[in-house]
Amino acid sequence: MSRSAKVWRFVRKYPLAVLGALICLVFFVVAILAPAVATQDPFAQDLTARYAAPSSQHYFGTDNFGRDIFSRVVYGTRISMPAGFLVVIFSCIFGGIYGAIAGYFGKALDEVMMRIADIVMSFPSLVLAMALGAVFGKTMFNTIMIIVLVWWPKYARMMRGLVLTVRETEYVTSAVVLGERRMTILLRTIIPNCVAPLLVMASADLGAAILMFSGLGFLGMGVAPPAPEWGAMVSDGAAVLKSWWVSFFPGIAIFTVSVAFNFIGDALRDIMDPKLRNLD
Amino acid sequence: MSLLRYAGRRLLLMVIVMAGVLIITFIISHMVPGDPLVANLGQSAMSNPDIVAKYEQRWGLDKSLPEQFFLYVRNLFQGDMGTSIRTKQPVVEDLAKYFPATIEMATLATIISVVLGMLFGVLSAARRNSALDQGLRVVSLIGISLPAFWLALLLLYLFYFHLGIAPGSGRVGLNFIGYNAPTGFIIIDSLLAGDFALLKDGLAHMILPAVVLAASTMGLMTRTVRSSMLDVMGQDYLRTARAKGLNERQVMTGHAVKNGLIPSVTMFGLSYSSLLGGTVLVETIFDYPGLGWYAYRSATTLDFPAIMGGTLLIALINCVMTLIVDLVYALIDPRIRY
Repeated sequence: MSRSAKVWRFVRKYPLAVLGALICLVFFVVAILAPAVATQDPFAQDLTARYAAPSSQHYFGTDNFGRDIFSRVVYGTRISMPAGFLVVIFSCIFGGIYGAIAGYFGKALDEVMMRIADIVMSFPSLVLAMALGAVFGKTMFNTIMIIVLVWWPKYARMMRGLVLTVRETEYVTSAVVLGERRMTILLRTIIPNCVAPLLVMASADLGAAILMFSGLGFLGMGVAPPAPEWGAMVSDGAAVLKSWWVSFFPGIAIFTVSVAFNFIGDALRDIMDPKLRNLD
Repeated sequence: MSLLRYAGRRLLLMVIVMAGVLIITFIISHMVPGDPLVANLGQSAMSNPDIVAKYEQRWGLDKSLPEQFFLYVRNLFQGDMGTSIRTKQPVVEDLAKYFPATIEMATLATIISVVLGMLFGVLSAARRNSALDQGLRVVSLIGISLPAFWLALLLLYLFYFHLGIAPGSGRVGLNFIGYNAPTGFIIIDSLLAGDFALLKDGLAHMILPAVVLAASTMGLMTRTVRSSMLDVMGQDYLRTARAKGLNERQVMTGHAVKNGLIPSVTMFGLSYSSLLGGTVLVETIFDYPGLGWYAYRSATTLDFPAIMGGTLLIALINCVMTLIVDLVYALIDPRIRY
């Protein structure tokens, strides 16, 4: 089969994933080229044009301070997209290593480590994040780390499960027989074989991470104003339903990014799931 | 392992996890920057030396950390979570006042999401790769991706502001404020009083927040049910059932659905507790006086005893929920004993 035929077959089989990937690409480009895409300074106030409806001059209208919402949404990509990725990357690294150690060394260490993960998991993540936010204060870095703090246990659980399966495979046994050190086996043989499913979970999680980040922003517990953070922008419009555009457009941005990541994640899960492969 | 021994082991694990939860809430309460006295008593109470002395004695602030933790746990067992700075009421009383509203709404949301999620999931699996399956896939992924706070505003704009068919924020309309609430559950209270107008009003105020809360759980439920149904449909006993001459409907309802829904029991329990925790955004927007609303108010006013009380309550409920789910799972599926 030619390459273009293969691509076409993939597009036909996973149209949503392709759509999701295209949307992500657009958002990445917008984030990189934000100064060129934005029509105005996202921080420039114009008190003579407060709550102006969408028009050719202000595509998405203006907010309480007469700031151009389109430009703010455009610059917002530079906050929410990196935040989502950082949350997932940090959780994946920490949770992954944690789970791998618990699963590989097993026994009492496993029990203790997984109980700690259970404890963190039993907290309501948003409420715990709010409590921690009150303790640590609001900066972008703090918000990201707080979400990581409540987010890593599911990666730990997943990784532990994977390691438990891989540990029993023959190539691991042969590494043991060859006299490799335990740490070398874990790092060189086991972890590389567990990375793919973990990455699938991570990609499916990006949407949720952005939702959580903007949720904290909406509650005023995220990045401090006047940063053009999407969640905080939605909250700006919560009290003025009449000027629907203030909340509507930042919300559309959050939703679009999150649904795009979920389209990709869902297809990856299908592709990775061997049980589903047998059915087709 | 017998079911009883399994239950005993799970119970022990739950107690251990609960103890860990207490340690974490204790640590966070002690990490407050600045003076923990100010954080836990509030600025105004600080000027009264009597209150300060009483507080120090009650929580053993002059003692070592382990002793303080012991006091913290002892006070908890006596139903003492401290006093809210904002409401000046004992946190336990506040929680008891706001929790029923959240239970009602979360239960309604769970019913909506479970019914739709199971229906969509089974349909998706039965008509795999059809247009229906693709459509339901899009619907469930949209449900998962919608920011709850934004969906809430959209629904308020559409049904309240624009169409005027839904009530606005709050738990009851203006003319019902101050109704007699012996249990705190508006459905029970209104039925006890035989007040159907109140029942209707209460439900009308509950439906939009519940729908918002249900959207993402419905999506997750659909995806989980679909994949566990597909799992079951690849099994040999379904081929046997078909070979026996059962038609497709009998195979689905008699064999596939029963086995395919087992993993959803886990989903059900976990989603209920995540709904309880997820009410912060929704209750804040709808100004619905429940636990999430209370937690938000407490966090914005830095009312530390209150927010830690709310966090602890939900975490403990999660622990109990996890235990119940595991036990029900073991009851339904005798293969599960680990």
